Amino acid sequence: MSGTFVGMPGFPAFPSAAREAVHDTTLRGNLRHATHTIRAKRAKAVAEVSDWAELREAGKRIKDHTLRHLDHYLVRLEESVTAAGGTVHWAADADEANRIVTGLVRETGESEVVKVKSMATQEIELNEALEAAGIHAYETDLAELIVQLGRDRPSHILVPAIHRNRGEIRDIFAREMGDWGRPAPEGLTDTPAGLAEAARLHLREKFLRAKVGVSGANFMVAETGTLVVVESEGNGRMCLTLPETLISVVGIEKIVPTWRDLEVFLQTLPRSSTAERMNPYTSTWTGTTDADGPRAFHLVLLDNGRTDTLADEVGRQALRCIRCSACLNVCPVYERAGGHAYGSVYPGPIGAILSPQLRGTASEIDASLPYASSLCGACYEVCPVAIDIPEVLVHLRERVVEGGEVTRGGNKVVLRPAKGHAAERAAMRAARWAFTRPGALRTGQRLASRTRRLHPRTLPGPGRAWSGTRDLPPVPAEPFRDWWQRTRGGNDVKGTAG
Amino acid sequence: MSSRERILGRVRRALADVPKDDTPYERAVAREYLREHGQRTVAETMDLLAENLADYRAIVHRTDAAGLAGTVAGLLSARGASSVLVPPGLDEAWLARTGVTRVADRAESTPRELDRVDSVVTACAVAVAETGTIVLDGSPDQGRRRITLVPDHHICVVRAAQVVPSVPYALERLDPSRPLTWISGPSATSDIELDRVEGVHGPRTLEVVLVG
Ligand code: SF4
Repeated sequence: MSGTFVGMPGFPAFPSAAREAVHDTTLRGNLRHATHTIRAKRAKAVAEVSDWAELREAGKRIKDHTLRHLDHYLVRLEESVTAAGGTVHWAADADEANRIVTGLVRETGESEVVKVKSMATQEIELNEALEAAGIHAYETDLAELIVQLGRDRPSHILVPAIHRNRGEIRDIFAREMGDWGRPAPEGLTDTPAGLAEAARLHLREKFLRAKVGVSGANFMVAETGTLVVVESEGNGRMCLTLPETLISVVGIEKIVPTWRDLEVFLQTLPRSSTAERMNPYTSTWTGTTDADGPRAFHLVLLDNGRTDTLADEVGRQALRCIRCSACLNVCPVYERAGGHAYGSVYPGPIGAILSPQLRGTASEIDASLPYASSLCGACYEVCPVAIDIPEVLVHLRERVVEGGEVTRGGNKVVLRPAKGHAAERAAMRAARWAFTRPGALRTGQRLASRTRRLHPRTLPGPGRAWSGTRDLPPVPAEPFRDWWQRTRGGNDVKGTAG
Repeated sequence: MSSRERILGRVRRALADVPKDDTPYERAVAREYLREHGQRTVAETMDLLAENLADYRAIVHRTDAAGLAGTVAGLLSARGASSVLVPPGLDEAWLARTGVTRVADRAESTPRELDRVDSVVTACAVAVAETGTIVLDGSPDQGRRRITLVPDHHICVVRAAQVVPSVPYALERLDPSRPLTWISGPSATSDIELDRVEGVHGPRTLEVVLVG
């Protein structure tokens, strides 16, 4: 089984990975179909609620408030989970989290676990760690199953097998299912209903005998100790209720202070992600309940770079992310490059700002991720918690190029300007405009106008693939804002984008 | 130093730049969003619930208290069910008209035993009109979470008094210390080329009986 990103030797930086991906026409076709379909549906689902802007603002503020008092809410959460019969563990990094989970599974005497789709466990490569300890982890989300059976990596947060079409899925099921358990039925066709039925039969055997379930969580309520999992297929419910032991690995940023706060996110998350009024199933649980569900519940609180991200004044807003994946579906770079090019479990615009913060920018791939964007701003527009992704991208580019103080592993370190980014460094100095959102930094625009003869005709980094077939718009001799100032007598226009 | 202390210490150092703010949480976040979207009469709220449930491929039936037992019996027989799971506290009268073999959910029933049952009949705790959602909270008339998950056919009875307009109202009525299952339409997946397929692991058929 594969699924390794970080430790993979020679994993290509985004530009080369993307260049390869854009030449794969099947992949591009699958991706274009998927992202355009979800995008259109999402816009409709959002238009249905007249107070979307207010919900978005409330979501942003709830998350910001939580992050700003994260120590308080973590302790509160620990108390309430413990009071409800759960056990809380703290994991500073991936290795520690994997050790804790492996130990907990071993204590049960079991050698297999069923898993609910979870980004956090992918991030720490839990499946690989369990495998090394002789424990089989079975993914039970249909898309994750396709990825796991295909010895492949997920390429989208919400639809991890978005890069596979039905014919490919049929072949994977027919070839692989038998090695993992119940084989695919004879004469399996490539209809979605037939494929879903094969998955149902294959996985039901595992659900009915599973003694240990592993999950993440979409939200954790500090006040009550409640965990929330949002899903569609019922595999989540199976893993959360049938096993005797439940282990949830959750990033520390997933806290909301109160039960009431869910009223915001249970409205924005489904509409933003699957474009539904509400996803088919949402499960909440608070510790353990007598005779209903697991008898033992363990919560593993995961740092793994999150506190380092929190230390960055501009970058910390990435921790507001509720993983809805809306930003992926609107991103022109993602649509062409595909999720794998990001070399991370978090692809697309959010991946471009989250991965280099969680992991640092020491590797070539991480240093190149802040360039994996055209800075068109569409990701910010759709984000249900208003993360200013372009702002963070620009900030991270500066950090990669110019170096500076960052926090790694809880300690302040001084980052040296990245080697191999000489071109970007020059471009940064000369053509700041290319990295900034239109209208965001007027000084940047002025600078751009003054240096416009120096501007490259194509973007550096992965932008090269993007601008390879199109010219960048020429910079006007005078920025619009300056023209406005000059001709309209200094009545400033208030930007709406920020 | 334990990892707990290490992580909490890192959080505190990371937030060193953030100015102290002691505003109580109730006032820290402005909630300018709506409590519900639009004004509706009770009848309109019921209609909206029915419409949104049906939109997500649940099968909706409407009846009154007197017709309930007949409706439930009819649904079980139309389905050809030979056994039905009954939560311990379900109103006896709801099943008065059916002769289908009843199966009680006992603490020691294994998932495999549940897997052999055709249908399940439950009440609910709350239903949300705007989203087309029913919420189960494990009360005696709804039973353990597993009984509405493993059988392939779920009949859920919703009484008018349980219907609220929106998610904020629903959360207010629910007790977070109970395990909750929010159900909007039957199990579904869109993982294969985004074609929606009903029923992967949960019940493939969800029938909701609105009473009143
Ligand atoms: S950054 Fe925003 S839009 Fe992107 S996945 Fe996170 S919450 Fe969704």
